[in-house]
Amino acid sequence: MKIHFLLRSIFFSFLTFTALMHTANASIETYPFDTAQQEKDYNILIDELRCLVCQNQNLADSNAELAQDLRRQVHTMLVTEKKDKDSVVKFMVERYGDFVLYNPPVKSQTLLLWTGPFIFLLLGIGFLMRIIRQSNSVQPSNNKEAEDTASKSE
Amino acid sequence: MNKQMIPLAIFSALVIFLAIGLTLDPKDVPSPLIGKPAANFNLQKLYSDETFSPNELKGEPWILNIWASWCVSCRQEHQLFVDLAKEQLITIVGLNYKDTPAEAKAWLKELGNPYQVTVQDPNGQAGIDWGVYGVPETFVMDSQGIIRYKFTGPLTKKRIKQILLPLLSELKDNKTQVK
Repeated sequence: MKIHFLLRSIFFSFLTFTALMHTANASIETYPFDTAQQEKDYNILIDELRCLVCQNQNLADSNAELAQDLRRQVHTMLVTEKKDKDSVVKFMVERYGDFVLYNPPVKSQTLLLWTGPFIFLLLGIGFLMRIIRQSNSVQPSNNKEAEDTASKSE
Repeated sequence: MNKQMIPLAIFSALVIFLAIGLTLDPKDVPSPLIGKPAANFNLQKLYSDETFSPNELKGEPWILNIWASWCVSCRQEHQLFVDLAKEQLITIVGLNYKDTPAEAKAWLKELGNPYQVTVQDPNGQAGIDWGVYGVPETFVMDSQGIIRYKFTGPLTKKRIKQILLPLLSELKDNKTQVK
């Protein structure tokens, strides 16, 4: 009973913690937008663009100075300069390369990146099939032996 | 026998890939700007009220070193720039990134000033145009104003000897050929 209570309190503190973490992530500067579309584009862009300083975070998550600058740049381009989403992406790629994208285009350079997971999946399936087939071919002979011994004992 | 070797083979392949991974620098992102014309800027100089633009340098190769007084690795590489400037091989421009003039001047006074011109980029706007994501960064431009190389992180004696000096002599040769 005691253990049950302990587990439950651990579970709830974990829930509260993750909830708090989420609000911490969301508390970045607030920018004014003219239209709902601009705000939507802004949120998509800062989610898709990588912060080059802390490379495993996107612009939305990172609080590095460069991420702040680039968020400001995205906002300026969308709201002040009335540019569309694609031209913001183009602007970033021209300066920082495809590396800035968390959703890179399929090119000869990124081909392995895109196809790699499927290659590994196929390899895994092939391996699994072989193991299953092997164990299938072993089992009947085992059964046969068992039958043999069973018939012998009869 | 053969079957027993398979895990060992997989393990060795893994070790080789991980060992290669250890030698790579994830911070060294290839710049898409190499081979392209350098971005222009028009920024205020550190020691006067005039502005400076790279257009004024057309016709000669030059180096842009992006630094800040708050940047520790800039301090580490700075002496190398001071030494390089003494040899007068090439024009070196300093771009003082997200800094204050007072701190920048104090820093140059303490460590020496290798720059023919120093410009200020207090909000990092020129930095974005040059694809800067971490100081120090150093760009090498040829006489046509094309970016030929980018050093990410501090210069070292090894990088100067192996990359910078051969590149500079190549740029110099090209320049005399054009003339």
